[in-house]
Amino acid sequence: MADQDLYSGSSDTSEGRVFTVTGQDWDSISEGLAEDEAQERIVVNMGPQHPSTHGVLRLILELEGETVTEARAGIGYLHTGIEKNMEYRTWTQGVTFCTRMDYLSPFFNEMTYVLGIERLLDIEDRVPEKAQVMRVLLMELNRISSHLVAIATGGMELGALTVMTIGFRERELVLDLFELITGLRMNHAFIRPGGVAQDMPPGALDEIRGFVALMKKRLPEYADLCNANPIFRGRLEGIGHLDLAGCLALGLSGPVLRSTGYPWDLRKTEPYCGYETYDFDVQTWDSSDSYGRFRVRLNEMWESLRIIEQAADRLAGLDGAPVMIDDKKIGWPSQLAIGSDGMGNSLDHIRHIMGESMEALIHHFKLVTEGFRVPPGQAYVPVESPRGELGAHVVSDGGTRPFRAHFRDPSFTNLQATSVMAEGGMVADVIVAIASIDPVMGGVDR
Amino acid sequence: MSDDSSDVKPGPKGPEQPAVEQSPENVPAPTGEVHQVGARHGMFGVRGSGDTSGYGGLDQAIVLPGDAQRPYGGWFDEVADGLAAATRDAGLEIAAPRVVIHRGEITFHLRREDLVPVAQILRDDDRLRFEFCSGVSGVHYPDETGRELHAVYHLLSMTHNRRIRLEVAVPDADPHIPSIVSVYPTSDWHERETYDMFGIVFDGHPALTRILMPDDWPGHPQRKDYPLGGIPVEYKGGTVPPPDQRRSYN
Repeated sequence: MADQDLYSGSSDTSEGRVFTVTGQDWDSISEGLAEDEAQERIVVNMGPQHPSTHGVLRLILELEGETVTEARAGIGYLHTGIEKNMEYRTWTQGVTFCTRMDYLSPFFNEMTYVLGIERLLDIEDRVPEKAQVMRVLLMELNRISSHLVAIATGGMELGALTVMTIGFRERELVLDLFELITGLRMNHAFIRPGGVAQDMPPGALDEIRGFVALMKKRLPEYADLCNANPIFRGRLEGIGHLDLAGCLALGLSGPVLRSTGYPWDLRKTEPYCGYETYDFDVQTWDSSDSYGRFRVRLNEMWESLRIIEQAADRLAGLDGAPVMIDDKKIGWPSQLAIGSDGMGNSLDHIRHIMGESMEALIHHFKLVTEGFRVPPGQAYVPVESPRGELGAHVVSDGGTRPFRAHFRDPSFTNLQATSVMAEGGMVADVIVAIASIDPVMGGVDR
Repeated sequence: MSDDSSDVKPGPKGPEQPAVEQSPENVPAPTGEVHQVGARHGMFGVRGSGDTSGYGGLDQAIVLPGDAQRPYGGWFDEVADGLAAATRDAGLEIAAPRVVIHRGEITFHLRREDLVPVAQILRDDDRLRFEFCSGVSGVHYPDETGRELHAVYHLLSMTHNRRIRLEVAVPDADPHIPSIVSVYPTSDWHERETYDMFGIVFDGHPALTRILMPDDWPGHPQRKDYPLGGIPVEYKGGTVPPPDQRRSYN
């Protein structure tokens, strides 16, 4: 009794015998289960703190032996009330909140919210070309970093640690680019209504070209490691099967939908930010399983590289072009600059508003403290995030703050497929199926 | 401008000029019902002060975009006609939905009893084929008496590449809307979230429980009468009130 673990053990309840598992106590559990021959059916609560549940996801699994008979997902452990908070900030400040939802694809969160605002303001056609190109560039870089994490953590959860280490190695390169361009590795709040926060820094295009060249060498490593690896294929093929009808009924989009062979990609079907002018292909697979989703993600990174190259070429010809709408009532007035005391408003701008133009000072003051008003109405402009259709339902009452901003997050919707993907399979395959959905709990719970 | 216009000389008889009220550009635009959802008082968020600027006395109605008139233009008419024809074919008694077109997006405002049959038709009819539901979003308009709670559904037709929006409004005192889980299984979690956040009860939902908030949470956080919460923050002798108590523009 001396070495009895205080936090594990068993107790009898009206539901049967309940074991609390803390690790390294499987002997007591198997003994305890063996005592009761009738207890073939076990309900396992897995998570919300568990290294293989892809974040704070709680799974409630009903097992018969090693077969999952019922699987339910419990969510809400990362609910932070971002949508509510946004109702108490100006339209521009809202970007700072929604970028934190799905923390692996911050630019997409910002983009769909900003596109909704721009539609309500009726300025969709007036956003400068350079801002649109920079948005596309950042989103595609973000797609690569997000897919890298999807593949890396998915690999880690099935024991392929090399996939994890090389995935995060390459993601770090993308985050370095983000840091160079936006100043931050995550939570950028860079895409703003009317454009982007600031211009490309000097030398960024060379860095991007260098990154593309490096990725073209490194991406084949993933294919070499995984594509024909018999263990990898054995763990992924046929796991988490969901066909096209199932995807549409459950509202799944993104790589899961494309792994059924249906080439649905909002960048092609409902282009935004000028995606119709870029040359790229929609990647599909025909196996409707976890392996197909892996291959779709891998191939999409190649397509993203193609788009990044085209965007970089366009940016080279847009040196010095504006990145914020030429509307003094909407466009954020200042660019940021590095000063002796860190990053802040550029000195040129301070000189302009404090010494040269009373109107500029008024506009700066009004836009920064009050913000702009958005005409009443509602808009929904979805974008193709790395996980599928991400859309912000933006409602305005004509005020300076969102009346309501609701995000249709693909992780939230796609996670509903947990049950149908996992039931009837083995316990170990639940992990693979969920990893193939690639849910990000920050986006699920918001 | 005056130089240009002086060059244009009227013909010998003058241009044909119909009576003022007959000329098409002079006919007032047909106005539908005005949908006021609230009023805005004042300008700078100051209450109870001796505001002498005059801005404090401003009263503005908050009016949402009005009803659209036929023809809607583009494929909007095809969807509206298809819906009307399909409901007729199915022999359903459905009130013609109110249609709002704003910024290129079409919204059908439905009575709650019509929601499920309309969604079924929208999904199944060849002319419509809205096979993808992007989910349910709630909106709380506390000042729109009798229609406080709105449920907004975004539907996508992948076949025709079209998007429409369905909107159902119910009173706060009777917040019941039929569930569309039987038509779109994806709205399972979305309806749970809308129930969790707004207290809209989706009748017929297989298991309408809270999803993001804890099961025993009191209240529905996204409603406008639910406080944001937060505590004042002290920094270098100054105190910053929580966001919902700061002075704000309105």
